Amino acid sequence: MQNSMTLRFSALSENESFARAAAGAFLARLDPTMGELAEIKTAVSEAVTNAIVHGYGGDGTRFVELTVSIEGRVAVVSVSDEGKGIADVAKAREPFFTTEPGTERSGMGFTVMEAFMDTLEVSSQQGRGTTVTMSRAIAGK
Amino acid sequence: MEISCKKQGGRVVAKLSGELDHHSAPQAREALSRAMHKEPAAVLVLDMAGVTFMDSSGIGVILGRLKELQRTGGSLTILNPSAQMKKILKMAGLGDLIG
Repeated sequence: MQNSMTLRFSALSENESFARAAAGAFLARLDPTMGELAEIKTAVSEAVTNAIVHGYGGDGTRFVELTVSIEGRVAVVSVSDEGKGIADVAKAREPFFTTEPGTERSGMGFTVMEAFMDTLEVSSQQGRGTTVTMSRAIAGK
Repeated sequence: MEISCKKQGGRVVAKLSGELDHHSAPQAREALSRAMHKEPAAVLVLDMAGVTFMDSSGIGVILGRLKELQRTGGSLTILNPSAQMKKILKMAGLGDLIG
């Protein structure tokens, strides 16, 4: 049977740590290793940060939705926003690509998500928002 | 995120503790830049032993300080990163900075 939880929270940077902690706590029942948990939490943090920074441009009155599901021994994470969307998803997924080259953004967000998760899907429509869905099998301790 | 900086010879050693993410990155950036200007040194050492989490926002902070240092011929060393941090640093091409 699938077990899942959904959180909806304000698009504020202070909620990034809450989101990854909540995802980690929910997945703890799979008894993941410290490394597995750290990497999933990092991927969650990257996706939530993208939603806050790029989806909503820092508009904290908007909301981000995080769903975490357990399907057998697989953790499935989905992060959605209803923000401005991504013009070119393939380009956005390239390492070091950033829409704000003058800032100190590393452009490594999607690269980290891809490296730490088994699958990564990005669905986006300009003006409608973005959903990032990723999964990882948990070997456990 | 807490950062304490101390000048030791020609190096500034910054001990970081807590979580380094998009939320805490501006604070980390400001504290490190302030320390580098207050105590100019050729080498900045980031001791990550107390950092419990870092995502790619931390890479942005490190790259920014590295660029500042390289303008004056300086360098940066990272000590005690966790296994997860090491992977991210290597992904960003910063593995050589790990001391």
